[in-house]
Amino acid sequence: MTTQSYERVRIIASDVFGVSLEEISDESSPESIERWDSTQHLTFVLALEEAFQLQLTPEETESIRNIGEAAKLVQKKLQVARG
Amino acid sequence: MGSGLQLRSEIDHLIESGDAAGASRRLSELWQQEPGSALASFLTSRYEKLRSGLPFTSHRLALLRSFTVEPLVTLLRAAGFVAGLDLTVHVGDFNAYPQEILDSTSALYAFRPDTVILAVQTRDLTPELWNGYADLSHESVRASVERALNSFESWMKAFRQYSPANLIVHTLESPPIPNLGILDAQSDSGQSAALRQINEGLRSRCREFRGMYLLDYSSLIARYGYSHWHDEKKWLTARMPISAGHLIHVAHEWLRFLMPLSGRVAKAVVVDLDNTLWGGVLGEDGMHGIQLGQEYPGAAYQALQRALFDLHRKGILLAVCSKNNLDDALEALQKHSGMLLRQEHFAAMRINWGDKVQNLREIAAELNIGIDALAFLDDNPVERDQVRAALPEVMVIELSGDPNAYVDRVRESPFFERLTLSEEDRQRAAFYAAERKRSSAGQGFASKEDFFRSLEQEAEIASVGPATLARISQLTQKTNQFNLTTRRYSEQQISEMASLSDCDVVSLRVRDRHGDNGLVGVGITRDSGDSREIDTFLLSCRVIGRTVETALLSHLAETARAKGLKFLRGWFLPTKKNAPAKNFYAEHGFSMERNNDEGSQWVLDLQQNHIECPAWIKLHVRIEEKI
Repeated sequence: MTTQSYERVRIIASDVFGVSLEEISDESSPESIERWDSTQHLTFVLALEEAFQLQLTPEETESIRNIGEAAKLVQKKLQVARG
Repeated sequence: MGSGLQLRSEIDHLIESGDAAGASRRLSELWQQEPGSALASFLTSRYEKLRSGLPFTSHRLALLRSFTVEPLVTLLRAAGFVAGLDLTVHVGDFNAYPQEILDSTSALYAFRPDTVILAVQTRDLTPELWNGYADLSHESVRASVERALNSFESWMKAFRQYSPANLIVHTLESPPIPNLGILDAQSDSGQSAALRQINEGLRSRCREFRGMYLLDYSSLIARYGYSHWHDEKKWLTARMPISAGHLIHVAHEWLRFLMPLSGRVAKAVVVDLDNTLWGGVLGEDGMHGIQLGQEYPGAAYQALQRALFDLHRKGILLAVCSKNNLDDALEALQKHSGMLLRQEHFAAMRINWGDKVQNLREIAAELNIGIDALAFLDDNPVERDQVRAALPEVMVIELSGDPNAYVDRVRESPFFERLTLSEEDRQRAAFYAAERKRSSAGQGFASKEDFFRSLEQEAEIASVGPATLARISQLTQKTNQFNLTTRRYSEQQISEMASLSDCDVVSLRVRDRHGDNGLVGVGITRDSGDSREIDTFLLSCRVIGRTVETALLSHLAETARAKGLKFLRGWFLPTKKNAPAKNFYAEHGFSMERNNDEGSQWVLDLQQNHIECPAWIKLHVRIEEKI
């Protein structure tokens, strides 16, 4: 389950930012991905919320600085949701 | 997810190898699997590479808004591509819509949109009616309603003055819980009532101006659930009020307007029988064993039939394509007590064991419409795939899972939307029934002329008027085959042309012994110097091949001559579909003057030539003189 959600976050990032899956690592961030601006950041967050059926708070949205953090956040939220 | 990844790489390979149709099919398959914001980005980037190789309908859309719509744009463009629409989207500045509408030199008008969506929230336009209602007196509520309507009206007026584009206006939503709680429903001047009053006022104003339409935003929210629709935190931090899972519903709702506005609509829906119009397999279960009726589980199929019946009422033709024994199927169609649809509701039938692709081709030919005007409804994924692969232009409706949801797949489909309903739409099925009689009658005649004479045709040529404006515009947007220039015009544009002194817009109505064919032809001309130019000349496929086109052309030529003009000119602009009109000018004595990449220009010397109205057509002319 864990790795599945992690893979899914990477695919979403690859789709949203228009870079190939191989180029997406935990460290991928607005610094290394050209299209990761504030508009695409919002789209990325919305896509995560949609795919995993969860809602991120403004604080959580702000806290995502790279793909690894996004994946961890999603995993944490999914665990909380499952209780 | 695995198959999603595989599909993505397969798509990229297909694009590289130049197989646009194959890539497009996979893209739409992927979209069925995981529609959403992430995939939308992938889809638009791939479709952009394919757009030149595929028959997309282009449409320019401007969004005027009081909230963040950027993530919606990607979703809308992706959903549009899947439905055959290539949207170029302009997004107006945040909350700058009044200035953009009122300033004729704004970026909005420079963009030259085909359609504009005005999406304004209650809390932005009338904040006092959103969360300050408890403070308001009756008088101030009334003043707020009036102010809002006056604003809308001034925007609509200015918009119509500066642009012929369509305008779609979102209604104002009510807050989820009225500021005064259940008290609100007890008063006829409550908060919800005030907002309803604004929306009612908007509706009547939309009707006053041409080409303006209302999007019932409250009912869209209600359809998917008010309590989950909004995301207050994102509204406060990113001005995005709609929660992530619902963005796609807004995009789809917009698409339901954009499809009919761009002319990308189904004219006929071809339906399967077994496990589609009824549950079970007729050949195995027998007429009394199939599921169909008012109770579970047959009610799901009856509900689907009801939805199809509603399409029939809107002028969309129904046809059957089923692998069955003809006699068994006809018996069920005529005698089963649960059937809402009977044989007479179907304009064409192919009940046989043959290939569905071939059957669909035949149905399109029999109904005289393009393959791309067919929608296909079949529970069998194999049949759907075959049709998608062989006939990519057919609009395939995805039916899977619970049969109780089939009815929603039909009702929510953008392919069946219409924004106006003409008398012709309402009577289309009857026209086709009469046409079946006509063509079977035609077989017994010695010569074509005998047949034409036997039809006892009467043609009425009339100037455009308020009653015919919508239909004339609709014909310019929908007619593909017998259409010499394929120029698409909105009602507004037609009405503007008709008001010019050197321009004539006339319609052709045809009646015959089998019935009224309705308004089936349009001619638009412009006079300058000693010449009349035919801007538009089109004929509905319903009456092609019956010489009524000569009657209309004769009218255009003879009125030009009466005005002292010397030449009648017209272009033939070839498209993929208008081959039936290709020889029209040559057959009527025109000679070719010019021929270039776009098409050929033809001229008739009116001093040397007459175009006679065929002797077997009785002509009535009702032209109003322009002052």
